[in-house]
Amino acid sequence: MNGSDVKIEGIDKHFGDFHALRNVNIHIQGGEFFSLLGPSGCGKTTLLRILAGFESPAAGLVRINGRNILPLPPNKRHTNMIFQNYALFPHLTVFENVAFPLRLKKLGRREIDAKVEEYLALTKLAGQEYKKPAQLSGGQKQRVAIARALVNGPEVLLLDEPLSALDAKLRQHMLIELDTIHDKTGITFIYVTHDQQEALSVSDHIAVMNEGRIVQVGNPTEIYESPADVFVANFIGEANLFHGTIASVEGEMVSVEVKNMGILKVTMEPGDLEGMRDFQPGKQASITVRPEKINIALEKPPDLLQDVFNAFPCVVDEVIYNGFQSKFFVKLSGTGGNGNSAIKAFKQHMSYYSAGPEINWKDRVWVWWKADDAYLVEVHDA
Amino acid sequence: MKKNHGLLYTLPTGLWVTVFFLVPVIIVFLYSFLDRGERGGIVWRFSLEAYRDMASPTFLHILVITMLISLAATVLTLLVALPCAYYMARSKRKSLYLFLIIIPFLTNFLIRIYAWQAILGNSGFLNNLLIRAGLIKNHIQFLYNEWAVIIVLVYSYLPYAILPLYSTIEKFDFSLLEAARDLGTSHPGSILRVMVPNIRAGIVSAVLFTFIPTFGAYAVPKLVGGGKNSFMLGNIIADEILVNRNWPFASATSILITLVTTAALGLYVLANKSAARAAQRKKT
Repeated sequence: MNGSDVKIEGIDKHFGDFHALRNVNIHIQGGEFFSLLGPSGCGKTTLLRILAGFESPAAGLVRINGRNILPLPPNKRHTNMIFQNYALFPHLTVFENVAFPLRLKKLGRREIDAKVEEYLALTKLAGQEYKKPAQLSGGQKQRVAIARALVNGPEVLLLDEPLSALDAKLRQHMLIELDTIHDKTGITFIYVTHDQQEALSVSDHIAVMNEGRIVQVGNPTEIYESPADVFVANFIGEANLFHGTIASVEGEMVSVEVKNMGILKVTMEPGDLEGMRDFQPGKQASITVRPEKINIALEKPPDLLQDVFNAFPCVVDEVIYNGFQSKFFVKLSGTGGNGNSAIKAFKQHMSYYSAGPEINWKDRVWVWWKADDAYLVEVHDA
Repeated sequence: MKKNHGLLYTLPTGLWVTVFFLVPVIIVFLYSFLDRGERGGIVWRFSLEAYRDMASPTFLHILVITMLISLAATVLTLLVALPCAYYMARSKRKSLYLFLIIIPFLTNFLIRIYAWQAILGNSGFLNNLLIRAGLIKNHIQFLYNEWAVIIVLVYSYLPYAILPLYSTIEKFDFSLLEAARDLGTSHPGSILRVMVPNIRAGIVSAVLFTFIPTFGAYAVPKLVGGGKNSFMLGNIIADEILVNRNWPFASATSILITLVTTAALGLYVLANKSAARAAQRKKT
């Protein structure tokens, strides 16, 4: 039963004039922790509701272990859902909430008691059996919802932004617990979230969605380091984006002419180069560099590595101290700080004493990054 | 500590309730244990005559009829009010529907009953419509029987049932129905197992708001009822006061109505308490 394989094929869905899902295809391997990630209104929740049976698509198929489940009503599907607001039954105790699906199956009393206790133990709720949902904290409600959804032994667990109602610390804690439960049960988890941190930290694979489309499917590293387009680069984490024109391609080294900055060098992996269509000088290109990969210092970097470093003199516009890191917002010297000329650089504080003199507001600094650390996200015609 | 003026604040209400509610009830209660006067009124002599009169077969028949009519009216009202309230709560035009529910309150109760005479009468709207449509040849006797009484009672108390139901259903979290479906219930099953227990307070209010006034109904059976199967306790009271001039018997009948309706309320309170106690026992 556990770890069922889910294939979503060509799903299309409209709400009136609104095109909620456009030809969505995803293959989720059995036992995966799979996230659907995207901004609100991107169609991720609609897709989850189609899997649960609360919405029916205009076109497409959903196969669980090869069997199309779309003709089945929600109560006949081997999927269970954890709702955003938990949807616990307020008139029932914790025990009865968890026993609800078992009583519907008309299981024996002993069997029900044993199963409920097993899942209450798994979700660390032992001792809370006879409380009503109104007497529970947010985290406890969350656990009841998890126990209730798992007690039936679903093939696939659907999670609709389950942590969004919790505060940040508790969210982190519950996320780890969800991951532990996933490891223990081996059930396929499909997790809907708009929080990229949540998705990156626990998922085996992530599908990034935007405007009803799947933009990219990949593991968290691929999504973060090799975003499929400018949208993904911006949506996941923070990114510096530079737009320019390809000046030359020499082996794996691509040089892009960017206004105000001159030439930016990007090293591509051979696979990435092949993937880019019509990859020639003269095309428009977008480059992304993650802020934590950008170095910042008061002094100019050593000249000898100049051909693989991109280095620019800047003025510090803003410094934000976060304890574990500082965020520097700088602009290129001699520019207004618009478009390409604004750069974010994050510096991790690795030791008690800072490595050099402190960088302050209005300081003249140098920022630089390796050609390896930049990524060419999009190439298109001029 | 601040002085508690609670008693002072509630004094006006307390006085009002005592003078205009409690005192009349006490008077009626006392009268029911006194002797009848020759031409109405009472004689100050203790007597159980009024309660003994209740054992008559005629009175018991009326009691049963009253019970049956008000139960039927309550059940029918609930069956109509539930879907109405559900639809209203899920609709986007809630305020329009609320307004439509309130409109009847703007018209006099008696006029609305007379309107039903015009609808159900032998040459009334409904008979005319059916005859013109060729569905019937001769008029049907709709009025002046127990069914006419039930229909008009349902009509009269429908808003009182819809409003409390609407207010509880409106607060009901409909994602609970999806959760129930997800966990394995059919659609009707999810309504019964999850929605009904959660809107219980509204259902109970609707039942009480319908049963209590229909059990003491007077005008409706008087105007659209007829024959011995729609003469209700309320009509006895009027007859005993106005025709037979037997005040103690009328008072005793009133006390009976009060007792039955209070018992309905009491059952509700008891049911709530025992449910709470059962929950308490389970905890320990």
